[in-house]
Amino acid sequence: MIELPSYREQAPDVAAHHAEIRERPVVMTVGSVGRVFDSPQGPITALANIEFEVHRREFISVIGPSGCGKSTLIRIVAGLESCTEGAVLIDGHPVVGPGPDRGMVFQSYTLFPWLTVLRNVMFGPSMKGVPRARAEQQALEWLRVVGLSKFAEHYPNQLSGGMKQRVAIARALANEPRILLMDEPFGALDAQTRCNMQAHLLQICASVDVTVMFITHDLDEAIYLSDRIVVLGAHPGRVLEIIEVPVPRPRSAEQFLSGPFLATKARLEELIHGHAAAEETLAAE
Amino acid sequence: MNGTDVSVFAPVKAGARRRQRKPLLSVRNPLSTRAHAVSGVLAFVVPLVLWCLLSYVPVLWHPLVLVEDPGDSSVPGQYAYIAAGQRVDREVFDGRNAELAAASRPLARGERANPIFLPAPHEVASAFYTAFTSPPERTGDFWLHESLWHSCTIIFLGFFYSMLVGIPVGLLCGTFSLFSRLIEPFVDFVRYMPAPVFGALAVAVLGLGDEPKITIIFIGTFFQAVLVIANTTRSVDFALIQAGQTLGANHRQLLTRVVVPAALPALYRDMRILLGWAWTYLVVAELIGEKSGISAFLYQQQRYRHFENVYAGIVMIGMIGLITDQVLAFLGQYLFPWESGKPSLLRALRALRRPASTSDATVTTSSSPSVSS
Repeated sequence: MIELPSYREQAPDVAAHHAEIRERPVVMTVGSVGRVFDSPQGPITALANIEFEVHRREFISVIGPSGCGKSTLIRIVAGLESCTEGAVLIDGHPVVGPGPDRGMVFQSYTLFPWLTVLRNVMFGPSMKGVPRARAEQQALEWLRVVGLSKFAEHYPNQLSGGMKQRVAIARALANEPRILLMDEPFGALDAQTRCNMQAHLLQICASVDVTVMFITHDLDEAIYLSDRIVVLGAHPGRVLEIIEVPVPRPRSAEQFLSGPFLATKARLEELIHGHAAAEETLAAE
Repeated sequence: MNGTDVSVFAPVKAGARRRQRKPLLSVRNPLSTRAHAVSGVLAFVVPLVLWCLLSYVPVLWHPLVLVEDPGDSSVPGQYAYIAAGQRVDREVFDGRNAELAAASRPLARGERANPIFLPAPHEVASAFYTAFTSPPERTGDFWLHESLWHSCTIIFLGFFYSMLVGIPVGLLCGTFSLFSRLIEPFVDFVRYMPAPVFGALAVAVLGLGDEPKITIIFIGTFFQAVLVIANTTRSVDFALIQAGQTLGANHRQLLTRVVVPAALPALYRDMRILLGWAWTYLVVAELIGEKSGISAFLYQQQRYRHFENVYAGIVMIGMIGLITDQVLAFLGQYLFPWESGKPSLLRALRALRRPASTSDATVTTSSSPSVSS
């Protein structure tokens, strides 16, 4: 057994990075959000008292076992569902419905098939009434950011899954959202493409002023991409711990085997699988 | 020795070749190009061959006898009424001949024939031409091309008005639950009332002209259209609508910029099917009030017992329907380029106008390979 450092141990530069993030203004507040569903068997609490803040340009992941309500949480933030308790605040204003200040990238491919790649990216700005020439120019710029300038005139069904999701990211970013919500965006991709997309997303986040809330069930993905990880437990969905990732930036694939990375992963395993196991024994009793 | 070699290897080779060929019966598998073409032709050739066999091979059916010469009509008897040109049952013909034989008079002559309502293929084929060239038998009747044109006008107007109202109503019902609840229960109730029952009412209210006929087509297609279009609209992927919402589209923009374009290809297919229904209501519509159009033509020809013309008319309706549908299907490929991979209608037309030039439109359309990585 290899001796791992504690996941709480941070190198000085990492500690400074986290301290600097905490100094930044708060973009989003999830204030004791709860969600209760009615079912024939009585009310079911999907989320209970979820509470955290996201700072500007922070990359925050939400991770947890299936059924912990992480998708429900991001849909509440997006305004696609409502919470039964608490509130989500964006720059201090409560969320009441979907809006362009919270761009969303879905797990399923949601590019509009009848629009070319360029027109898909122009969709948000044109809803706001941005003049066409300017919207087009901006859209081309965003396509360059995601590396798809050559495919501007293609239709989505001519693109691979990874390319579709890159266009979806560009489309969401074109609205210049306060926060980019990503609901397992790489879940449907094969391992290789997924790896490339993660590297690509790191690159985008380094070059663009964007705050990200990222839902995943992949531990490596969460550690590789995030500044902080919100770990949810299931039944009811609640925050088990919020981990500051001790892996220094810039991130690279070599870090997957570094001490801080493995220590964080061990802790995540313990939280998620340990809890799942404990719950199973509880249920058995 | 040589002979045994051949006999050993020949079946193996044949088997190998057979394995390469695509099987004709295979669940949910497309046919080979050749089998596809051949079976498509057979779909029409087989019924035609059956019809030819029934018409030209006397032993198969031919239950009647076409009398050429009735023999001596002065001989009294039960069957003395037969005359030249009549089609009579074979028992009648044989009975008459028995009577003539008993009187030792010359026998009646005739050949076996089919009933008049089953004309031979060549008669129908020539009716295709003669039906157009023969003038109306009564003053006030119409030439065939006039009848056909009149029918097409009725169909077009009825269908046009029905879609003009039905598409917006269907879209609203499929998008907003409020409209669905307000409109669909009543529409669902009315659609069970057969359109023809409104015939008399339509004539009473709108008179004897084309209006009641257009109304029947409208009633026949509108209520179905609302429900079909509402369902098609409802089947638009909800994730697309949610994506539109998170991109800042308001209600009106969601409807016009997301729901409508997303539903459009399926709506187009719905309309092609609904147009077929319009044709089925046509015959009813044309026979109420003052008979008109192709149905009046068919009705007249049937009364004159020109069954070859009746068949020609029926086949013409089928052909008009099939050709319209094929043209619409062909156009659809260019209307919805994202589904077919074809250039858009606008680009296709532009490319037609400038066939030699390599305009940017033609470049982008031809160089759009599908990418896989």
